Amino acid sequence: MDMVIKFLVAAVGAGTPLLFGTVGEILTEKTGHLNLGVEGMMSIGACIGFMVGYYTDNFVFALFFAALSGALSALIYAFLTVTLMANQNVTGLTLTIFGIGFANFIGIFVLNKSPEGTLKLPEKITAAMRGIHIPGLSDLPIVGELLFSYSPFVYIGILIAGFCGYYLNRTKMGLGLKAVGENPGAADAAGIKVTAVKYRNIILGGAICGIGGVYCSMIINGGVWISDNVGGLGWIAVALVIFANWQPSAAILGSFVFGALRVLKYYIPQSIFPFPIAFYDMLPFLMTALVLVISSMRKSSRINLPAALGLNYFREER
Amino acid sequence: MNNPAENPQKEPLLRIAKRAELPAGKIVILRLLAVVLSLVAGGIFIACMGQNPLTIYGTILSGACRSAMAFQGTVKLMIPLLITSLGVTLAFKMKFWNIGAEGQIIFGATCATFFALFCSGMNHVLLIIVMFLAGFIGGGLWGLIPAVFKVRYNTNETLFTLMLNYIALHIVSYLRDGPWMDPGSQGFPKIARFDKNASLDKFLGIQFGWLIGLLLVVIVFIYLKYTKQGYEISVVGESQDTARYAGMNVKKIILRTMFLSGGICGMAGMIQATGSDITLTTSVAGGVGFTAIIIAWLGQLNPFAILLVSFLFSVLEKGSSVVQSNYGLSTDCADVLQGIILFFILGCEFFVRYRFLFRTKVHSEKKIKAEGE
Repeated sequence: MDMVIKFLVAAVGAGTPLLFGTVGEILTEKTGHLNLGVEGMMSIGACIGFMVGYYTDNFVFALFFAALSGALSALIYAFLTVTLMANQNVTGLTLTIFGIGFANFIGIFVLNKSPEGTLKLPEKITAAMRGIHIPGLSDLPIVGELLFSYSPFVYIGILIAGFCGYYLNRTKMGLGLKAVGENPGAADAAGIKVTAVKYRNIILGGAICGIGGVYCSMIINGGVWISDNVGGLGWIAVALVIFANWQPSAAILGSFVFGALRVLKYYIPQSIFPFPIAFYDMLPFLMTALVLVISSMRKSSRINLPAALGLNYFREER
Repeated sequence: MNNPAENPQKEPLLRIAKRAELPAGKIVILRLLAVVLSLVAGGIFIACMGQNPLTIYGTILSGACRSAMAFQGTVKLMIPLLITSLGVTLAFKMKFWNIGAEGQIIFGATCATFFALFCSGMNHVLLIIVMFLAGFIGGGLWGLIPAVFKVRYNTNETLFTLMLNYIALHIVSYLRDGPWMDPGSQGFPKIARFDKNASLDKFLGIQFGWLIGLLLVVIVFIYLKYTKQGYEISVVGESQDTARYAGMNVKKIILRTMFLSGGICGMAGMIQATGSDITLTTSVAGGVGFTAIIIAWLGQLNPFAILLVSFLFSVLEKGSSVVQSNYGLSTDCADVLQGIILFFILGCEFFVRYRFLFRTKVHSEKKIKAEGE
């Protein structure tokens, strides 16, 4: 039982960066733009957020600058694909390569300048990121550990996902956003400012991805900077969007399930399931591929894939 | 939205219009301009890091070509980039977003490694041929999987090929940790170094993969430009409906092309494993599959342009390792510069096809010039 609780707690922790990436990408894809640069935006957010945290020792600053840098990198993507109508796949991919290279480059650059030879976050910010403790609630058996013991990131992530779900499904702006993703021509004719909607949501999505990135650099490795700290999570997030069926609320569950898959190997006794470690590492990707295939096999109307996904909108061609 | 005839005042300040086809010379100038601008932007980035951009660019150029050995190293980097770019070109021409070159490289290399490890006693020439075939077929099958699901269920190939990258990667780590672990490594998980008999021969001091790369440039060029199958690829890429209307078997074309595309990438993996690494590691692809996509795109899917771009990229990568040792800037600098260059080229393509129209100039169309980026 103790083991199960530990496993669930670890799953939530491992799923949190995925949650940010997924929700960010859902907003982006709802505009009809498939941004394959999630990994890159997360890397840039990871780098800038970490460095700001390292120098200012302020958790809020770190979060803010991670979001800002994610937003700026998404702005590059938005400018190229929305205004200049560049190919979305290639632009996103370039953003990923650029972002990972940029983050590693800056990381090593600062590392070379540091006197200790490693980059470790200072005390105050590390304390701010540690699991919360609410007297009374956190001390409850089982429930306390399962619900009130996580790093603030987890709650921020769930809040953002909830907010985005509300924004998408319950507000007029969200409705406009969905209209743009389904049929930009019709949305334009209905008086929605297509370009503005696209820019706004792609940038917002990038900001959310940036926060997910800073989780990777500040938490996963215990506050020590290492290269490639996002390590493919951005790609899983892109896939999780499909798993979550473009619903932010479903993304919460989806990312924790995938978090569970990622940490499964530490909790399954080898004596009962003698699978090699590589199999567990492969599991999230295998599952995603399966989800992709299955969701494409049943072509039901419940699939929320934006109809105009991947197509650039040129007003004179509508 | 506003009709200019009725209400000229409300015409948007800036609007976008399609351009008549630009002459080839102008397109080249535009692209060169984009490259120059990207180098300026990269230079600003380098300057922000406290280095002189001109010295850094100079070091990259001289570092990659300063000696015969450095140049050989550059070519060695170029081989997988070139071959993989040619592989993805086939798929991209068909607008099939194969971003799974990474996985196809790995799986091709894995299949070839099987023969290198367990049939190393074979006649050398025969063994190399068998390994080439294994790499080709392995990569091809890995590319065929997403194609099958694409034609059958219209499964999104971008994400599927991407997932297959990681699956292939973990197959190698499984083989490395288990069945193929080097018995002589005392428990350290690695695959044994290949027998001399199973490694590629050298030609002019470099493994002969570069000859295959050059040969493939010509073959892919002819295949795309002068064969019926190549023509079918471009028709399917432009419009599947047109292809179907013309009586082409679109499904068959997609499957065949993805097999070839994956196969060429698989061959790149085999060449990298048997010619350069002389063993199979999890980093046999090492990001080549992604860089190759950038190269193919920069080369406008033209094999000869790809040859040039992949050479320049290898110079950039080789040179940045010299920059690392001389100036302490990490080799990731190459990725940053590659990214910046492609951003500018992607942006520049807009000005090839469209132009901005300003409100005041709407009625004197001829004076309108495209704005620089």
